[in-house]
Amino acid sequence: MKLQELVNSLSLEVKTPGMDLNREVTGGYASDLLSDVIGNAKEGSIWITLQVHLNIVAVASLKGLAGIILVNNRMPDGDTLKKASEENIPVMTSPLAAFELIGRLYTLGLRCR
Amino acid sequence: MNKSTEGVFFLTGKDFAKAGVASSNLKAILEGMGVQPDIIRRAAIAAFEAEVNVIIYAVAGMMHYSITSGMIKIIVQDMGPGIPDIKLAMTEGYSTAPDYIREMGFGSGMGLPNIKRSTDKLTVNSVVGEGTTLEFIINLNKTA
Repeated sequence: MKLQELVNSLSLEVKTPGMDLNREVTGGYASDLLSDVIGNAKEGSIWITLQVHLNIVAVASLKGLAGIILVNNRMPDGDTLKKASEENIPVMTSPLAAFELIGRLYTLGLRCR
Repeated sequence: MNKSTEGVFFLTGKDFAKAGVASSNLKAILEGMGVQPDIIRRAAIAAFEAEVNVIIYAVAGMMHYSITSGMIKIIVQDMGPGIPDIKLAMTEGYSTAPDYIREMGFGSGMGLPNIKRSTDKLTVNSVVGEGTTLEFIINLNKTA
């Protein structure tokens, strides 16, 4: 599934303008612990978290994740967006709580693989 | 892969803005050398965790890497508080990180276990009041 389709289906707000969203999302991973994501998330996954500081970008970049969705309308720090642009990691926000958002991603066919 | 290379990254304690830079650079070097993706994935996990540990706990440190045809060897040495009980520190979930570090999603007590799982050999030496040295190896020719 393309990231752009997820953005459209879930009305995600893209906080990193000008980024190509035509990238493939091959799975999903949800965690607020960075070591958990570093150890267990799979390349190409979309990451759902409430962490907003810039280290999430380093983690996503290192793991080759497809993007980051921040839940509960949490706003990324300015540094986070700057770093995300540099690293070409799309950052999106949703007003939904993690449980709700992940449920919808699952319904759209995404799995944790 | 017949090339060999080595180098060093310097790490500064509490410099969270740079957390991940050394491991990203190492990953890029491995990619440039044509190392297998699965090996790169494991090296990146271990390097990131070791790098973050220095940034969280130590004043400063360095990450030395050497890549040969047989293995990736990484030595991370810090000027930190040292680890009083290494066995305890290796326990999944055990952490001495302060609250503000945990709120960032670090300090969940998974760092050293992640390094152990991702590498073929891990040695931890530490002297309280002086610092900690981690040495880990990932073999390159296991599946070659």
